[in-house]
Amino acid sequence: MDVQLLTYLFVGGSFALYIGIAIWSRAGSTKEFYVAGGGVSPLANGAATAADWMSAASFISMAGIIAFSGYDASVYLMGWTGGYVLLAMLLAPYLRKFGKFTVPDFIGDRYYSNVARTVAVICVIFVSFTYVAGQMRGVGIVFARFLEVDVNVGVIIGMAIVFFYAVLGGMKGITYTQVAQYCVLIFAFLVPAVFLSIMMTGHVLPQTGFGATVLDAAGNDTGVYLLDRLDQIVQDLGFGAYTDGSKSTIDVFFITAALMCGTAGLPHVIVRFFTVPTVRDARISAGWALFFIALLYTTAPAVGAFARTNLIETVNNTEYQELPGWFYNWENSGLIGWLDKNNDGRVQMAAGDPFKGAPAFAGSREEATGGVGQRVITNAPTDNASEIYVDRDIMVLANPEIGNLPAWVIALVAAGGVAAALSTAAGLLLVISSAVSHDLLKKTLKPDISEKQELLAARLAAVVAIIIAGYFGINPPGFVAQVVAFAFGLAAASFFPVILMGIFYKRMNKEGAIAGMAVGLAFTFCYIVYFKFVSPELNTADNWLFGVSPEGIGTVGMVLNFIVALVVSRVTAPPPEHIQHIVEDIRVPRGAGAAQAH
Amino acid sequence: MKEENARAYWAANVRLILSYLVVWFVVSYGCGILLADALNNIQFFGFKLGFWFAQQGSIYVFLALIVMYARSMNKLDRKFDVHEE
Repeated sequence: MDVQLLTYLFVGGSFALYIGIAIWSRAGSTKEFYVAGGGVSPLANGAATAADWMSAASFISMAGIIAFSGYDASVYLMGWTGGYVLLAMLLAPYLRKFGKFTVPDFIGDRYYSNVARTVAVICVIFVSFTYVAGQMRGVGIVFARFLEVDVNVGVIIGMAIVFFYAVLGGMKGITYTQVAQYCVLIFAFLVPAVFLSIMMTGHVLPQTGFGATVLDAAGNDTGVYLLDRLDQIVQDLGFGAYTDGSKSTIDVFFITAALMCGTAGLPHVIVRFFTVPTVRDARISAGWALFFIALLYTTAPAVGAFARTNLIETVNNTEYQELPGWFYNWENSGLIGWLDKNNDGRVQMAAGDPFKGAPAFAGSREEATGGVGQRVITNAPTDNASEIYVDRDIMVLANPEIGNLPAWVIALVAAGGVAAALSTAAGLLLVISSAVSHDLLKKTLKPDISEKQELLAARLAAVVAIIIAGYFGINPPGFVAQVVAFAFGLAAASFFPVILMGIFYKRMNKEGAIAGMAVGLAFTFCYIVYFKFVSPELNTADNWLFGVSPEGIGTVGMVLNFIVALVVSRVTAPPPEHIQHIVEDIRVPRGAGAAQAH
Repeated sequence: MKEENARAYWAANVRLILSYLVVWFVVSYGCGILLADALNNIQFFGFKLGFWFAQQGSIYVFLALIVMYARSMNKLDRKFDVHEE
């Protein structure tokens, strides 16, 4: 069977599975819609959290980012896993004991204020939409690359599938489809990684192959460690050593902290811990979540190192006509572009971009062919020796071909990419719909609506959210890639400190919390907007505050939030007696079952 | 008595959290970032040690910390008689 047919089979089969689960797990009450009835096992919740957490970007792009930035990419690896330690110890168990449905629920009740609740709702919606637009685009791109349909058609198919199980099943439907999606995506990520590891080092586990010696083409041990070899070849080409960073230590520190605290403060992650039956389950469920995430996150850096080594050794200084087949395939889809600057018919790699931006081709290969059969590039060349543009996504997408794996593995990777994008999109859409129907409608605007009406409102809000997300997927705002810093920075500067103090500092009152959130948000927002949109030309280390980039500024916003909140709470009245009792109550596990009934 | 018990339980929990967070900080921000350059002079299998902490080791330690915290808390819950059921 050819790749195309297999891909249709795998992706179609996985869709049938998701829809089947959605029909089996329809939500009948608001509690089922918002928190899956609070009856999800810690293991299942861990797998669902992992799928929710790992987006198309984690699946497709992360290994490539690591491959091209080496040590610098450690901020993502530590930042996106270390947050679960904070979640497990500082937030999840107590929020579970609190036992409501959403993050604004906690903030509104703990700080006895609808202003605080509304600020939280706005943050939730902003953070989640920022994130979801990228996911919808991701679905479209995966479809376009593997199924040769238009990106927009891909977005619409993705919308239809998410619509089906998110609107019908709510959190319950989403949870069990996410478990299935996790299985698909982790299998799809690990199979090519294991083959690649065996091919390059003879180790079955990519995690140990990463630190092993390289095999030569005949399979004999060369006695040289992979990472030493990689350091050597990238330095020969004029790059910095792979295992050394180019970012300043202080920036790495702040970015890592912003990603960790942002992870712990992201509403779609926190809300998953409302779905387990007990406080005890919430603690260990964070462990399961990190275990499932770590399977991918410890494999990705190995894949990055394998793929970079392989790419350079295969391509650099090779005659164009001698290159392997995958090179031509990805050149056809525009993810590789070669500009033969010195007209020697060989591909030369070097530090620096070969030309500005993504390659613009003069036409298809048939229409415009260069001297040795390459696609003609119309970008103006830069004055360095680098001749080749390689999109970072190739590091994962092309692995099955690079490793000469059978066609079904390519089909599997397609299904995995779609699963990663859909699961994250669904989790975010649910958070948006519950913020609107529960926090805004039920808790603020119309407290007297019945449960049936609220459930209907939740479904309608999900429909509207899907349509808006789809719109952004089809007409992506040019800044999607830039605003990811927003989601984490804002979550770190707003939710994380406010929730943390709500649990650990009984004396924290509404004045302190609102002032802290306002200052943290305003500072972070303005800093990112200034450097990313207003004056992007000033976005260099010399102009940054303390040398902290916009990606890491959420950490400073968080510190400001803490300071302002503590000072303001000291000079204003302490919270009322019953609020102090709520805090005492959420600190003790016993009675979590009772707390979830409304 | 009941209130005192709850207060002692909370103090024990906070102590536990702080000691685990010290480890959390040392492996990631310490070994993986601040001390990475110094640790990179040490070879650990095929890795430079600082690089290994940043891309592998810290993640394993995070996982171990969560599991150990969950177990310690289950014991603590029983000891102070605040466990569920």
